[in-house]
Amino acid sequence: MRKAISILMGAALAASLAIPALAADSATLTGAGGTAIYPVLSKWAAAYKESKSVEVNYQAIGSGGGIAQIKAKTVAFANSDKPLKPEDLKANKLAQFPGVIIGIVPVINLKGVAPGALVLDGKTLADIFMGTIAKWNDPAIKALNPDVELPDAQIITVHRSDGSGTTFNFAYYLAKVSKAWRDKIGADTSLPWPTGVGGKGNAGVAAYVQQVAGSIGYVEYAYAIENKMTYTSLVNADGKTVEPSLAAFQAASSNADFSKTQDFYLVLANQSGEKSWPITAFTYMLMRRDASKEDNQAVLQFMSWFLNDDGAQAAAKQLEYVPLPAETVSLIKEYWKSELGITL
Amino acid sequence: MPTQAPGHASGPSSQRYDRPFRQLTQVTAVLVLVMLVAIAVSLLWQGWPAFRQFGFGFLVSNDWDPVADRYGALSPIYGTLLSSLIALLIAVPVSLGIAVFITELAPPWLKRPVSTAIEMLAGIPSVIFGMWGLFIFAPAFAGLEPWLTSHLGPIPGLGLLFQGPPMGIGVLSASFILSIMIVPFISSIMREVFLLTPPMLKESAYGLGATTWEVVWNVVLPYTKTAVVGGIFLGLGRALGETMAVTFVIGNAHQIAASLLAPGTSISAVLANEFSEATTPMYRSSLLALGFILFVITFAVLVLAKVMLLRLQNSEGQ
Repeated sequence: MRKAISILMGAALAASLAIPALAADSATLTGAGGTAIYPVLSKWAAAYKESKSVEVNYQAIGSGGGIAQIKAKTVAFANSDKPLKPEDLKANKLAQFPGVIIGIVPVINLKGVAPGALVLDGKTLADIFMGTIAKWNDPAIKALNPDVELPDAQIITVHRSDGSGTTFNFAYYLAKVSKAWRDKIGADTSLPWPTGVGGKGNAGVAAYVQQVAGSIGYVEYAYAIENKMTYTSLVNADGKTVEPSLAAFQAASSNADFSKTQDFYLVLANQSGEKSWPITAFTYMLMRRDASKEDNQAVLQFMSWFLNDDGAQAAAKQLEYVPLPAETVSLIKEYWKSELGITL
Repeated sequence: MPTQAPGHASGPSSQRYDRPFRQLTQVTAVLVLVMLVAIAVSLLWQGWPAFRQFGFGFLVSNDWDPVADRYGALSPIYGTLLSSLIALLIAVPVSLGIAVFITELAPPWLKRPVSTAIEMLAGIPSVIFGMWGLFIFAPAFAGLEPWLTSHLGPIPGLGLLFQGPPMGIGVLSASFILSIMIVPFISSIMREVFLLTPPMLKESAYGLGATTWEVVWNVVLPYTKTAVVGGIFLGLGRALGETMAVTFVIGNAHQIAASLLAPGTSISAVLANEFSEATTPMYRSSLLALGFILFVITFAVLVLAKVMLLRLQNSEGQ
């Protein structure tokens, strides 16, 4: 029996040794994080494998999950739609830079309402998600939409059930424009939702909104377009009504001035500008400062490829993501050089 | 544990193979116990910071606030127990009907297909039930909910259970899906044990002019009640821990609503949704504490089942 046990132990030991050996395989880059970037990142990964035969294995487990994984050193890079504060980065030996620009849009399921036809402003949106505005024909919604026929139906709000950078940016915007939201709910990846239904991931929220009549949720723009959902227009900081579009996200992001920030820490919510979409965000890449130089180099080669390659950038636009402007890309490269000691 | 293989000629060769074999089986049996205890202890250990921080309030508070890092487990506990109980209320009569039909009433050519279909239902992965529940069942159920609200809603008291906007997603939907998932377990156990009833007893009852209903109620069920109760509790055990299917349709809202049509949450749904994103130590500890509570609830159900079975056996003796 002793022999049998020692054989078993030996097998277990071999298995436990085999796992790190696999993870260290240089032809595979492992990453984890937000679901908002997943559609474009998976496309980039496929193209990168084809041209450079390096596999990128990205797990879309949510921004908070990505942060936890990179802190635990289990992945080579992480993605988060919520930027980490410079002191948090320092404490965990992490480096942070933006990857792509995303837009978060409210989506609704109301019969006979076309995409963009319904107009909401930040305060009304906050009241809806707090349950203060409970019906679609509420005077506040009517005042913004004199020409839309609004039913006498309950509003069912759909939010993320998992912690989410999309939630963080959405809540950050609502906290900026609504005092009640700021006092009662706050802004984080998970929130104490006073009402509504929770769906898992961007895909979960999209599915719930599509299934439940009279519902409203919020998703990354690519999910709204891919699923042909009815998004709303929003009134922005300049008081102008805007529809979500690549141009509107670009307009909001053009206000970003990274040269004054540390570790690119910036939340874009509620930017000024006539054409700015109010819930625009950078989604961030996180890497370890204490990882081996070869490992970081392999990851940065992939990132440098999708930040510069024309095909990769076209693929992003096709999926309704806004590529980073050239000035930002060169700032990122300087950051790589100064913080990670890698020149590409 | 027996220390010696009984009634065995102790030749040298059989000795040689029997001892290691016995020890090996002993090790595997002990391993199960060790694992059970180890899991319980590690859940309690990891969840301890939450229990210490919130005390008894963790069990009775409905405050689930990741921003302020405050957690209370009442709404997931409530959702777990409620959805499982309603699932049982639906599944037990249906399972009984299926088992009686197969064993007593079905023509022979129909018995096998129906039994096979039920066994196949048991083999469907729960995530499939969840997807089916969200994309097919929920929209259909949303169409039915206004009818429930208008017909059952005005009844005083009971009507409170059927209020709110028709979503198709909520505690009642989750209970329905759960009941579909546990019917195969309960009904196949019932069928197996009904078949064990001695034909003599049944034939005698039929001979005395009893109807099928009387035979089932007065002969078959009393003869098999221990096993039937065991089967029901097995179903309950499965319903309590079911994760994916419930997560899809229960609505994942940390709230306790009077209405069964309103969204709620269950312990396993909370764990599945929030574990990968539990960024603060207290958040993570609270989720592990929830896991420990689920462990205790399931364990309590099993103990309760055992106690009930013992009581039934005792009363049989009188």
